[in-house]
Formats: sequence, structure tokens, C-alpha cells
Amino acid sequence: MNPIRKKRLTLIGLMVAGIGVATWLALNAFDENLMFFFSPSEVVEGKAPEAHPFRIGGLVQSDSVKRKPDGLTTAFSVTDNAEAVTVEYTGILPDLFREGQGIVAMGQLNQNGIFIASEVLAKHDENYMPPEVAESLKTAHDEAVANPQPQASVQ
Amino acid sequence: MIIRFFHQMGSPRYFYNVAGKLVPWFMVSFLITLVFGLYHGLFVAPPDYQQGESYRIMYIHVPSAWMSMFIYVVMAVSGLISLVWRIKMTEIVVISSATVGASFTFLALATGSLWGKPMWGTWWVWDARLTSELILLFLYLGIIALHSAIEDKRVAARAVSILALVGVVNIPIIHYSVEWWNTLHQPASVTKFDKPSMDMSMLIPLLTMAISFKLYYGAVVLMRARAEIVERERNSRWVQEMVEQEAK
Repeated sequence: MNPIRKKRLTLIGLMVAGIGVATWLALNAFDENLMFFFSPSEVVEGKAPEAHPFRIGGLVQSDSVKRKPDGLTTAFSVTDNAEAVTVEYTGILPDLFREGQGIVAMGQLNQNGIFIASEVLAKHDENYMPPEVAESLKTAHDEAVANPQPQASVQ
Repeated sequence: MIIRFFHQMGSPRYFYNVAGKLVPWFMVSFLITLVFGLYHGLFVAPPDYQQGESYRIMYIHVPSAWMSMFIYVVMAVSGLISLVWRIKMTEIVVISSATVGASFTFLALATGSLWGKPMWGTWWVWDARLTSELILLFLYLGIIALHSAIEDKRVAARAVSILALVGVVNIPIIHYSVEWWNTLHQPASVTKFDKPSMDMSMLIPLLTMAISFKLYYGAVVLMRARAEIVERERNSRWVQEMVEQEAK
């Protein structure tokens, strides 16, 4: 490679590397703001802002969804399998909302530590399968839970 | 052999002729894979266990999003070659790819938004994945605008190549955004080293669509590059001879 081309290549390499480092630093500095939501553990630890609204994300705990008598308000717990936060929301829930489903809610904590949501979004996971496959996976899982492997019981 | 082929492809005249022969092949194979992919994706593949029929928009959304990044990488690599070796043909590839790349980015954003409303409950959120993809669209538009703002084609190509290289940092950000930060957008189902989190019956039409979109890009970039060559070389003898022959 002739020296001029080598020089150009080095300059471009330095430019791209420089921009890469600058972007990396900027993204690191804004890390918290780039997080779309806080997990229930972070909320319980008090990492979430108290004065202004924020988003909480996690799974809807099973058997926690309760409809209020007014017919529009729903109360449920959002969990990350470590901590859980109670959420109350008045309005129409998205199609994918169900127990065990990942959701992201926007709102604020009240004095009792209940998260009053103004918006609830369903988070979809990366798994795609036909209903029959989901059904057989579930059956297999239930069976495995009901009849643990013999080796497990020996130990 | 291969080196000689690339050397010859660097000549606009040779490229023009070879591209002219390749375009119909790309077009035919694009149409075949498109019909196969769409038919299997929209009619044959089973509905999803959670999303029902609505997931089928991914047969357009996912390949478009892949293409938006793939085309940008092609542009950045061609930009690098243009800047270092000053090859005319790679300059032409950079600018010929910009519009089709912008279209795929727009398609990915639009179809994602249409899917997001029923599934997530919102058209748009400012999470890391969606925002970085929107930045990619602005990069494409910036490249197109910059190119048309500079009169001298070779100077314009150099400016555009630098912009393409500057923007390439966005590509890993888009790809890893779903892993680095909490996002509303789901993580990757297919482009990961693990086993794809998608049933085979759904995956095959998706990959067919991805191939189909690549072939479409191939056809479009070759056609646009040919047009660009004729425009740039309009004063050269071979173009004038060709025009005279066509006129006869």
C-alpha cells in the first residue's frame, strides 16, 4: 500500500475510533436516562425518582390482578421475581396484558407505596411459536413440575 | 482471478455492462422469493400463541430492519474504500444505496409502529431501540441531502463517505440497544448465537423474506448505479457511442 493511502486509512481509522469513544462516553453518561424503565427491586431500593413520574417494568404477578367495582380500575403486582410493587391503573389495558406477561407502566408512587399508573404498555418477548407448540411446552413443563425426575428425589 | 474481477468492476464501463446483465437475474429471483416468502408467511405459517395473526407484520418489519442496517454497513465500507483508494465505482455504490436504505428504515419504523399500537398499546415510545433506528433514518436523509447540496460529484461523494463512516457507530448501538438497556422493544429472536427463539414454520418464511429483500436491494443498487454512471460519464466516448447506437 502506498504511503498516501496508508495515511488516509490511518486518519479514517482514528476518526472512527474517536467517534466511537466519544459516543461510548456519552452513552455511559446518559446510561440512566436511556433505561426505559426501573425494575421493582430498584423501586423498592428507592432508586426511582420520587418527585416526578417514571416507568416501572416487570412481570404481572400471577393471581394478583384484581378489578375494582368501578369496572375500569385494575390493581396488580409487578414483579422481577425478587420484589413486587402494587400498581393501580384506570383505563383500557393492551391486548397482551395478562398474568405472567411483561409490562411497562408509566406513573408515580403515592404515599402508600402504590404505583398509580397513567399508561400501561405490554412488553412482548422474543419467542414466536404456534399455539400447539406453546400448549405442548406448557404440558411438558407442568408434568416435569408434577413428577420430578427420579435422580432429583434420590439426592 | 477474483482480484482481476474486482479490478475490472472498478471501471465504470465494465461495471455498466456487467450490472446490465445481472439486473434481470436479481429481479426474477427477488420476485420468486417474494411470492414464496409472502405466501408462506401470510397464509401457511401458523398464528402466534400470544399475538395471534398480528405477528405476521414481522415478515415485512424484521427484514426491513435488517436491510436498514445491512445497507448502511455496505455504504460505510464503500465509503472507506472511496476515501482511501478514490475508486469511482465505490463512490457510486455509496450514493446509490442511500435512498433504498432510507426506504427500508422508514418501512421498518412504520410497520413497527402499526404493530406497536395493538400489541404494546402505543404507536411510539422513546426507548433505545426505536430512537437509534430513527437516528439511522436521519443519517440516511442527511447523506441524501448532503450529496445533493454539493455540485461536484467527486467532492460530494467524499463528503458523503465521511458522513457514512461517522454514522457507522450507530449500527452496533441499534443492534445491542435491546441488551445494553431496558427497552420496550423485545430482544433479538434470530440474530443471536443461541438457537433462534422462533418456531421453524415461522422462521423459514422470515429468512426467505430476508433473502428476497437483499435481492431487491441488489437489483435497485445496480440499476441506480448504472444511471449514475451514464450521468457522470456522459462526456466520455463509450457513453456517446452507446447513445448513438441506441438512437439508430
